[in-house]
Amino acid sequence: QSDRLLIKGGRIINDDHSFYADIYLEDGLIKQIGENLIVPGGVKTIEANGRMVIPGGIDVNTYLQKPYQGMTAVDDFYQGTKAALAGGTTMIIDHVLPEPGSSLLTSFEKWHEAADTKSCCDYSLHVDITSWYDGIREELEILVQDKGVNSFQVYMAYKDLYQMSDSQLYEAFTFLKSLGAVILVHAENGDLIAQEQKRILEMGITGPEGHALSRPEELEAEAVFRAITIASRINCPVYITKVMSKSAADIIALARKKGPLVFGEPITASLGTDGTHYWSKNWAKAAAFVTSPPLSPDPTTPDHLNSLLACGDLQVTGSGHCPYSTAQKAIGKDNFTMIPEGVNGIEERMTVVWDKAVATGKMDESQFVAVTSTNAAKIFNLYPRKGRIAVGSDADVVIWDPDKVKTITAKSHKSAVEYNIFEGMECHGAPLVVISQGKIVFEDGNLHVNKGMGRFIPRKPFPEYLYQRIKIRNKVVGGLQGVSRGMYDGPVYEIPATPKYATPAPSTKSSPAKNQPPPIRNLHQSNFSLSGAQIDDNNPRRTGHRIVAPPGGRSNITSLG
Amino acid sequence: SEPLLIKGGKVVNDDQSFYADVLVEDGLIKQVGEQLQVPVGTRMLDAYGQLVLPGGLDPHTRLWAPGMAPADDFQRGTEAALAGGTTMIIEHVLPEPGTALLDAYERWREAAASQACCDYALHLDIPRWHEGLTEELEALVKDKGVNSFLLFMAYKDKLQCSDAQMYEIFSALRDLGAVAQVHAENGDIIDEEQRRLLELGVTGPEGHVLSRPEEVEAEAVFRAVTIARQANCPLYVTKVMSKAAADVLARAKRKGAVVYGEPIAASLGTDGSHYWSKNWAKAAAFVTSPPISPDPTTPEHLSTLLACGDLQVTGSAHCAFTTAQKAVGKDNFTLIPEGTNGIEERMAIIWEKCVVSGKMDENDFVAVTSTNAAKIFNCYPRKGRVAIGSDADLVLWNPKATKIISAKTHNSNVEYNIFEGLECHGAPSVVISQGRVVLQDGSLSVTPGSGRFIPRKTFPDFVYKRIKARNRLAEVHGVPRGLYDGPVQDVVVAAKAAAPAPAARMVPCTSKIPAVPVRNLHQSGFSLSGSQADDHIVRRTAQKIMAPPGGRSNITSLS
Repeated sequence: QSDRLLIKGGRIINDDHSFYADIYLEDGLIKQIGENLIVPGGVKTIEANGRMVIPGGIDVNTYLQKPYQGMTAVDDFYQGTKAALAGGTTMIIDHVLPEPGSSLLTSFEKWHEAADTKSCCDYSLHVDITSWYDGIREELEILVQDKGVNSFQVYMAYKDLYQMSDSQLYEAFTFLKSLGAVILVHAENGDLIAQEQKRILEMGITGPEGHALSRPEELEAEAVFRAITIASRINCPVYITKVMSKSAADIIALARKKGPLVFGEPITASLGTDGTHYWSKNWAKAAAFVTSPPLSPDPTTPDHLNSLLACGDLQVTGSGHCPYSTAQKAIGKDNFTMIPEGVNGIEERMTVVWDKAVATGKMDESQFVAVTSTNAAKIFNLYPRKGRIAVGSDADVVIWDPDKVKTITAKSHKSAVEYNIFEGMECHGAPLVVISQGKIVFEDGNLHVNKGMGRFIPRKPFPEYLYQRIKIRNKVVGGLQGVSRGMYDGPVYEIPATPKYATPAPSTKSSPAKNQPPPIRNLHQSNFSLSGAQIDDNNPRRTGHRIVAPPGGRSNITSLG
Repeated sequence: SEPLLIKGGKVVNDDQSFYADVLVEDGLIKQVGEQLQVPVGTRMLDAYGQLVLPGGLDPHTRLWAPGMAPADDFQRGTEAALAGGTTMIIEHVLPEPGTALLDAYERWREAAASQACCDYALHLDIPRWHEGLTEELEALVKDKGVNSFLLFMAYKDKLQCSDAQMYEIFSALRDLGAVAQVHAENGDIIDEEQRRLLELGVTGPEGHVLSRPEEVEAEAVFRAVTIARQANCPLYVTKVMSKAAADVLARAKRKGAVVYGEPIAASLGTDGSHYWSKNWAKAAAFVTSPPISPDPTTPEHLSTLLACGDLQVTGSAHCAFTTAQKAVGKDNFTLIPEGTNGIEERMAIIWEKCVVSGKMDENDFVAVTSTNAAKIFNCYPRKGRVAIGSDADLVLWNPKATKIISAKTHNSNVEYNIFEGLECHGAPSVVISQGRVVLQDGSLSVTPGSGRFIPRKTFPDFVYKRIKARNRLAEVHGVPRGLYDGPVQDVVVAAKAAAPAPAARMVPCTSKIPAVPVRNLHQSGFSLSGSQADDHIVRRTAQKIMAPPGGRSNITSLS
């Protein structure tokens, strides 16, 4: 297969506009766009016949090597990226999930190595922060500066495992902001989930329906609200992964109207199906839907999320692809909390979004490109290398057939799992030809891939799309200043030192002005007393500190004004 | 005391107003109507042109504390209350962390018994979850007449509760039939913000409001509502200070949550721009938590929500400290003792902001200053209503009176009044507590220690009727399925995070049973081949794996 390709007669769709032109690809890059291109002889030509040519999809949320109790998901980087390419996705960003207590750097290297040898499409890595330990700051700095990672996920769920407290979130957000990173949040209230799980198990509910019952959508919405509050205090961008419910999406939409920089990522599963299947009589089928946050049992959810995606309140689509085989899921056959979490969706993502949002008239083709590829590229600082058809961009291109009708089924999908959560869904729109790094990797339903041909795409910090505004806002709100007042020179109440709680009768209240050993929280008794010598008596008082009545009010307490 | 006849006034309850005379005897309302038969020696009070209201009920005061006691104690505070038309208060008992709730309760009772001039009840604050708390709560609820408890979401490392603790406590309170109150602010964020501001060199009272922005209040309200809904427990948010927090409550109500919000005199009557005052003592006088919002449109917004029923109750959160006491934090705003005045001004401010402005009528006024609180905290109709048999706590309200609030004339001990200079149209002309006239012609005549403790029963109907019905509906059921009989992946015992190579993945379906790992609950009772623990039990035919209507329950054939 040659490294040179000419796509003739296609309609090029970018997120801003579309036009008819030919595209010439060489050395994995887009070299020319236009009509009547001058190309070398013997170049392989693809006739697009007026079909759409779109930038390859970017799947921002995959877990192709997620460990669970010593095993990993059935789709590894090889199997998973094959599925991605077959669905029109030419780049993935996988989550590195270190075991709590192990180092981020080591885990990153492990993932990097696994992906390098197996991945068939370009990839990048998010690193999940599963615990906030000493020395993590240095590691984060190395990851950002030398390793090409600019996005980190924190968890508000998984109590006693990955969960971080609000203080830790504040600290982590502050630090990640200073690095110019994108902060991803898994938003669910872990404390409440733990309580609900206990309650539901006690009631004797052990099946997958318990998963949805113990994680109602209010808990997701609550955590989203909290994450946004913390982020807006720090003035940092925040990106909510896996928006699964209407209430969580509404919180994001509401917050965006008030100004904070918030991004929301619904996934294939939440856009394409709902959580009623948790009540399926077939245990294996019900278990296949287990993911966190869970799919909402409200059947109107996909429609609502697609509408928000179309109007820009949600911006990016991922898949959260992390399938486990039925045998793996069956680890939790007697206890839903043990079911490994994750659903498929890497292959179906583009098709599902097309079918639910474009085929229904909610969004146009340009918006489709934006939510499946361009926005992700901008947020994660890959733009315009990825996410756009332009001269100089990577030759990751998909020829899309909007009329093709395909029924999703486990019998024909590329994943290794037995159940496809979209089983039987008839979808309009599918990729005809997929080109990755300038090579045709998918044509006529056949994949032509080599294990390990995917490259690691490093990403720089401070993506303009997010941080331009943040930098300006820093300047605007940064100048927190106190009020300059004269010195307070009135009397100060002395706190009676309550002796370590020994039933103090009301009479033990001591009179003020008696000097006592300072109680714990009193910071100033050391240098101030009502009568007699003060510790700074030897310092001549500076005239500038003299108590005066400045314009705008007296600064002196002695006369009440 | 002598019988009392209030003649010619307009009786105002929360549902209707009517002209009638009211006869008061033995501390109770004996008759309401026209041309009443009165006993000999009845004292007459002319109420012509005035409104006869149920006395105000202030559901939030802090008049006493061990350690640094507020400047207004039970006597001073209740005098101020009566002077403003409030005839009952509910005081918060704040036990020091680590002490028993019951002990604290007894100490507050003792302090109030000798000092209180009006009837009172007590809320208990729960400073921390500890072993045996449930028993203490039960004792307080069953024997001590307390039916409301406050949790703190702020004051990190001191009073703050975690989400899990809140859930536990809410569940316990729901079972007891008590009202759960929260102080809603995100303590973790505040702690970080305080540190940041102090590092920036901001030490004055403006740091207090900068470190506690209103989003932080709204966040906590949102979380509290979520937790309360999960626990199916009614929720009462004390001190609603900001628009954002009030909006969260209003929205939660729309979604069906049983929530109540209590704005206070300070949030309804003034705003937080004074934190930037050049006068330190004045700025410090406004320090309370959550802070008074610097947004000057806040009082307007809150009184609108109060008028439309999205907020229901008004308190004062009266906890006054003198300037000398506040000055403990003169170099560090986090040390300024928190609390503002308001017990005396509450009724007049609400009248001025809500009734004079046309937002609510006199009946709504009675509802938000007295009746709703009496209903929520279960002292209705003893308090909160002018009706035969109710306590004779009455106020003759003169809507034509004009009064300017000032520290020079108020009954509190503090030097600064945060409402200084506010002109109020409408004031109490006569206040009657327990059937005795305690305020007339501007002069108070009170007896310290005359206030009685009003015990309150659990399960207030106003709050719990809905909760009970929802409890019955809330039961969830599992899906009856056949036994899962497919293969199960063996769990590898990860050697304590020692870089498990990808090759370590095990082949599924091996029958080897490795050593039981910590979290695996079922390998003990299940193996794919060979004997099982329950082989000796005859399998019931009904458990046979079959294909029931509605889908196969059998995994072996994938459908």
